[in-house]
Amino acid sequence: MKVLVAVKRVVDSGIKVRVKPEGIDLQGVKMTINPFCEIAVEEAVRLKEKKLIAEIVAVTIGPKQGAESLRHALALGADKAIHVTTEARIDQAVQPLDVANILAKLVERDNYNLVLMGKQSIDDDFNQTGQMLAGLLDWPQATFASNIQITDGVAQVIREIDGGLQTVKFKLPGVITCDLRLNQPRFASVPNIMKAKSKPLETIPLDKLGKLHNSIQITKTEAPAVRKGGAIVENVDVLLQKLRTEAKLF
Amino acid sequence: MQIIRNRFMVNHIPRFGFKYMSDSTFLNEEHLQIQKAALDFAKEKMLPYSAEWDKKHHFPKDVLRELAAMGFSTIYVKQESGGVGLDRLTASVIFEALSYGDVTTTAYLTIQNMCAYMVDQFGNEEQKKTWIPRFGTFDAFASYCLTEPNSGSDSKNMKTFAKKDGNDYVINGSKCFISGGSVSDVYLVMCKTSEKDVSCILVEKGTPGLSFGKLEDKMGWNASPTAMVLFDNVRVPQSNLLGKEGNGFKMAMSALDGGRINIASCSLGGASFAFDLTKDYLHDRKQFGQPLAAFQGLQFKFADMATNLVTSRLIVRQAAQMIDNSHPDKTLYSAMAKRYATDSCFNLANEALQLHGGYGYLREYQVERIVRDLRVHQILEGTNEIMKVIISRNLLK
Repeated sequence: MKVLVAVKRVVDSGIKVRVKPEGIDLQGVKMTINPFCEIAVEEAVRLKEKKLIAEIVAVTIGPKQGAESLRHALALGADKAIHVTTEARIDQAVQPLDVANILAKLVERDNYNLVLMGKQSIDDDFNQTGQMLAGLLDWPQATFASNIQITDGVAQVIREIDGGLQTVKFKLPGVITCDLRLNQPRFASVPNIMKAKSKPLETIPLDKLGKLHNSIQITKTEAPAVRKGGAIVENVDVLLQKLRTEAKLF
Repeated sequence: MQIIRNRFMVNHIPRFGFKYMSDSTFLNEEHLQIQKAALDFAKEKMLPYSAEWDKKHHFPKDVLRELAAMGFSTIYVKQESGGVGLDRLTASVIFEALSYGDVTTTAYLTIQNMCAYMVDQFGNEEQKKTWIPRFGTFDAFASYCLTEPNSGSDSKNMKTFAKKDGNDYVINGSKCFISGGSVSDVYLVMCKTSEKDVSCILVEKGTPGLSFGKLEDKMGWNASPTAMVLFDNVRVPQSNLLGKEGNGFKMAMSALDGGRINIASCSLGGASFAFDLTKDYLHDRKQFGQPLAAFQGLQFKFADMATNLVTSRLIVRQAAQMIDNSHPDKTLYSAMAKRYATDSCFNLANEALQLHGGYGYLREYQVERIVRDLRVHQILEGTNEIMKVIISRNLLK
């Protein structure tokens, strides 16, 4: 069984983001693998350790530095990597439908049995790519996975949904998007980081696989409003009054 | 804005991390990848427990074994010998990142690395096969014994003596301030084998005649056991000699430059943590209606802290690279790096404590632990005064 794991390189969640008129300032900013993508890679590695998968291929779309996320995936245990290169801004111009189309092309080319990816990326929070990919391939999908079991070509996934936990079952091939509680990724050890250097990394220019249509245009990027201070009220009457006039609750 | 007293937790992980640890002046992509792995490990597996280890004087052998599994205990041992086979610059980056989480355990880790390196460089095949795999997993803990009660800086004047007797050596004497003393499985003992010759002999724990003093009660480095090691007619086979008789001093010298970079790197990590804590505190603490960060006197102190941290890092990495390139000035630069970085980083931590005001004096706020831990870096691996002797001698000869 072959697994394709899609990873995205995003702004590190710990840094203080600077907003410019044209978008987030990426100049010199610390970037890292999207946490949900890392969870997807870890899950793939665990499935391989359980001997349920034979090969893990990691793929990313982006500029030359995007290879960092691929090397991280290789260091965690992926066998091969594919780098779809583009100079377009991955947090703006590389959009879910285009990504899904490109991934679909790779799936058709290489015949994967399973695609694993993060449920969403922490820069745009679209939460669309996995679902769109499943639609394009006409494959079953399980999103927000917090548990994955694979037996005899059948996937059983527990999904975290608003109402609680939902279990779905489907015959592979399929698409699964990974949620926070699925696993905790391992640390990349130095020997594995070094082994990753010699694992195959294929580079494909984006226009060989698809096109960026920019069908979604970002019209404005702004920082959230500065939080106004609260106030300590003297008694319940004042509280009720503020809830009515200021918070406009009723 | 946070209300300091209630919201500052023990083992607070700073919000505003100083990203320049990954300043890539000397670092390539592989260094950055390894640094990330080390820093992630440090923040998750060491930082939350550092205060507890210090308070309880707990030596975290399990965490050291996990560090070994990451490849951090035989960093610059050759791959053919079973090590990771990386360079001193990578080692510096790793130790700096790990000591962000805990200075003391990282410092012990550097000793393990150094002992493994010595066995790799000077040991015979038998010794390498016996010890390096065990060092690489922390199945065996190693200690390095050079200092004696009456010979610190004046190490050549050591009195511990190994006399030949049949096929054995019989060792008598004592070593002090030994990290890992009484806990380590094997001791690399620098001792005299003749009036002039210094040699290195491996002594395993449990050998009759080998005993230990009580665990020293120190200002800092509390997570690491330190004790005297006593030799009373300790008999070991002559096959325990590492390298050749009389080469002990040359071996020690070759390990010294790297050891100095290692300890300087540990200072960098601890100082980075103190720096990050201070940055948070300056934003959060308000006096006279303003955050401390608004006061120029404090801004100037902070600016100096930042500048000294960055310059310390640069000279440490430059010296590390010079060792890797066998540059003729590597000893000079290693001494400068050790002296400068350990002094700057201690002063930074001390200043950080001051900037925390009264809270800086409380263990709960962690910065005082960094001060206590970094203090000894100005003393061991060659006192900073000896560093000045080396620097001036090198330049004025």
